[in-house]
Amino acid sequence: MDNRVITLSHGAGGEAMRRLIKELFVKQFSNPLLNPLADAAILKLNQERLAFTTDSYVVKPLEFPGGNIGKLAVCGTINDLAVMGARPLYLSAGFILEEGFPTLALERIVDSMSQTARTAQVEIVTGDTKVVPRGECDGIFINTAGLGICPLGHGLSEIPTTQGDAVVISGTIGEHGIAILAAREGLMLKTTIESDCAALNDLIASVLKESKGVKWMRDPTRGGLAAALTELAESQECDILIREVSIPVQDGVKAVCELLGFEPLHLANEGKVVMVVEPGEAERVVELLRRHPLGHAAAIIGRITGHGKGMVRLETEAGGVRRLHQPAGELLPRIC
Amino acid sequence: MEPLTDFRNAHIVRQIAREITRVGLDRRVQLMEVCGGHTAAIYRHALHDLLPPGVKLISGPGCPVCVTANDFLDRAISISMLPDVTIATFGDLIRVPGSTRSLADMRARGADVRVFYSSADSLEWARAHPERTVIFLGIGFETTACTLAATLAEAVHTKMKNFRLLSALKTMPEALRVLFTAPGAQVDGLILPGHVTTIVGWDAFEFIAREFSIPCVVSGFEPVDLMETILMLCHQVAEKRASIENQYRRVVRKQGNIRAQELIREMFEPCDMSWRGLGVIPGSGLKLRTMYSQSDAASIPVEVEPSQEDSACRCGDVLRGRIHPTECALFGTVCTPDTPRGACMVSAEGACSAVYHFSSDHHGQ
Amino acid sequence: MCLAIPMKLIEVQGARGIVALGGIRKEIMLTLTPDARIGDYVIIHAGYAIEILNEEEAEQTLDLLREISEKPTDGTAD
Repeated sequence: MDNRVITLSHGAGGEAMRRLIKELFVKQFSNPLLNPLADAAILKLNQERLAFTTDSYVVKPLEFPGGNIGKLAVCGTINDLAVMGARPLYLSAGFILEEGFPTLALERIVDSMSQTARTAQVEIVTGDTKVVPRGECDGIFINTAGLGICPLGHGLSEIPTTQGDAVVISGTIGEHGIAILAAREGLMLKTTIESDCAALNDLIASVLKESKGVKWMRDPTRGGLAAALTELAESQECDILIREVSIPVQDGVKAVCELLGFEPLHLANEGKVVMVVEPGEAERVVELLRRHPLGHAAAIIGRITGHGKGMVRLETEAGGVRRLHQPAGELLPRIC
Repeated sequence: MEPLTDFRNAHIVRQIAREITRVGLDRRVQLMEVCGGHTAAIYRHALHDLLPPGVKLISGPGCPVCVTANDFLDRAISISMLPDVTIATFGDLIRVPGSTRSLADMRARGADVRVFYSSADSLEWARAHPERTVIFLGIGFETTACTLAATLAEAVHTKMKNFRLLSALKTMPEALRVLFTAPGAQVDGLILPGHVTTIVGWDAFEFIAREFSIPCVVSGFEPVDLMETILMLCHQVAEKRASIENQYRRVVRKQGNIRAQELIREMFEPCDMSWRGLGVIPGSGLKLRTMYSQSDAASIPVEVEPSQEDSACRCGDVLRGRIHPTECALFGTVCTPDTPRGACMVSAEGACSAVYHFSSDHHGQ
Repeated sequence: MCLAIPMKLIEVQGARGIVALGGIRKEIMLTLTPDARIGDYVIIHAGYAIEILNEEEAEQTLDLLREISEKPTDGTAD
């Protein structure tokens, strides 16, 4: 296999990308703030703890059921801050535009960003604009960086999980991944599935305000729930058992997965949070999530079963137990 | 009735598993499946976990991507470099390594390689892009062959000049004969491929029970189907019978799908075909009939690098059921889904991929 | 080897059809199942219907299996 060029697998959120990040970027940039590779870096400034994160958005198609690249750019970065337990305050927005990109489309995207930020009570305070010649970027690429403040005085990823902790998901999985795939040409599928793209800071704040039981959070984006859980298992060397029947999945998402041979656990989500919660607080956290419109399908999906190999296992619908791994490579429809 | 979920009922699955333990088997039995779809289903639903220790499942040459030798991909890669060519392929093939590169590598270097869920979709795309020559990579067994026959018939009927097939299509019965003739894995029962049999009917496999005294059951793909199939096979073994039974009664008919068989015969004829792990098997492949040669990509003049098979790769042994994927020295260390050495690891239905992704086995870390 | 799933046929337009499952709809080819009727479940592989699901057989299979699953667990082998 030829490794001298970057392939799509390197950007897919699975094993190849993790290796690229570890063996190149982290290796070269290495420092204690970067190395945990959490969704946001936690910085200490005087007495405050700040959370700082960045993401670039290259989604195709630019507009899809449930959102567009702009809404995604705002929500994604807000969420990376929110899952660290931080209150998102400010965003930057950098635009790389292709010559010939229709201004009307740009206006729709920017309008979306503005509305989303306003609703989330986050301000876009700085930015950048570049235009490149036709053909040198695919319409529009957006980078957003975000700054938030940690009210708890620490980032959430620092709390270790223990045996018995519950794994909670805030709602149904797989919609964003399927909405994007269905909107691309070549699939020819008619579905009402919409991306779940949403800013989660309000949902998360409503839980953290009422419960002290949340130990860890992540938004399962590229690579899906499988990537988020395997990363947790690896980083904390804990073993996790998930029950397939407990995982909420919309019928339409299930149907597309069956048809094309995908696993809902591997699909991206842009409006969901997975949490690890103390056993005594798990039911309460689910209840708190369900009170919020974005968390109405929240459920306990599994438990931390111990510490050791850092394995995630799945009890299947049929009753057997199997290993859950990082999704490998690129997602593709399967026929054979 | 829910056609999918009803056949995944965990309670029924558990009860059938219990029935299996009650069958009076006087020895360990090994049951082979020869269908990537079965491999994937067994691992995805973790059915191994539910079987008694005396019943083992092994995988055979059932993954059409895995059994396709390197020269097919090498040829496809060479064709992808020709001007105005678009390679149309099923997703499974994109990351499979040929002798030195994969189609994904070629795409990264600018070749026009497109994934289609259906060959019919690729025909429509070709119609909309008459300036491109679309070459469809035909991998699969009889189930896929009939769909390709239908698409090609449509292409010929509508006088499409820019759509061709590069065929690596294979048929199962001859391969199974070779598999059971040569000494190899102990096979006490055969789980027959449910969708291939949907097309060809089960008479084509009757010789396995008669000549080799191996019990056979045509199986569906849901957990309940596979468990019922295993129960039926265990009964045959315990009763010292060897016949063909049909578990997939709701879909498979004895004579198969006549229309599909007709279309295959109309468009294709048998040819010799090379199978990874089994060598060249006479009459086990399908190629377009001479009268359709203008739709055949096999005759496109192109220089293909001499094909090499990776000598350390043990896909051949895995495909014959001789070794378990974890017994390959490269498994999980050098060979992973992201850095595959052989097709069995990168194909979504390869045995190595299934074990790597779904097994509790602590893989090579 | 052959990923194929049952979906309900809801529309027929000559050799093309539309199938549905769980709220999604897909256009497929009916070339290989000329006898398929609206309301049938058809088995879809690579964009083609390859067979019609026999619902009666499906129900019978489920009934048989439910019988097995209702057997007493302390019973003797059959």
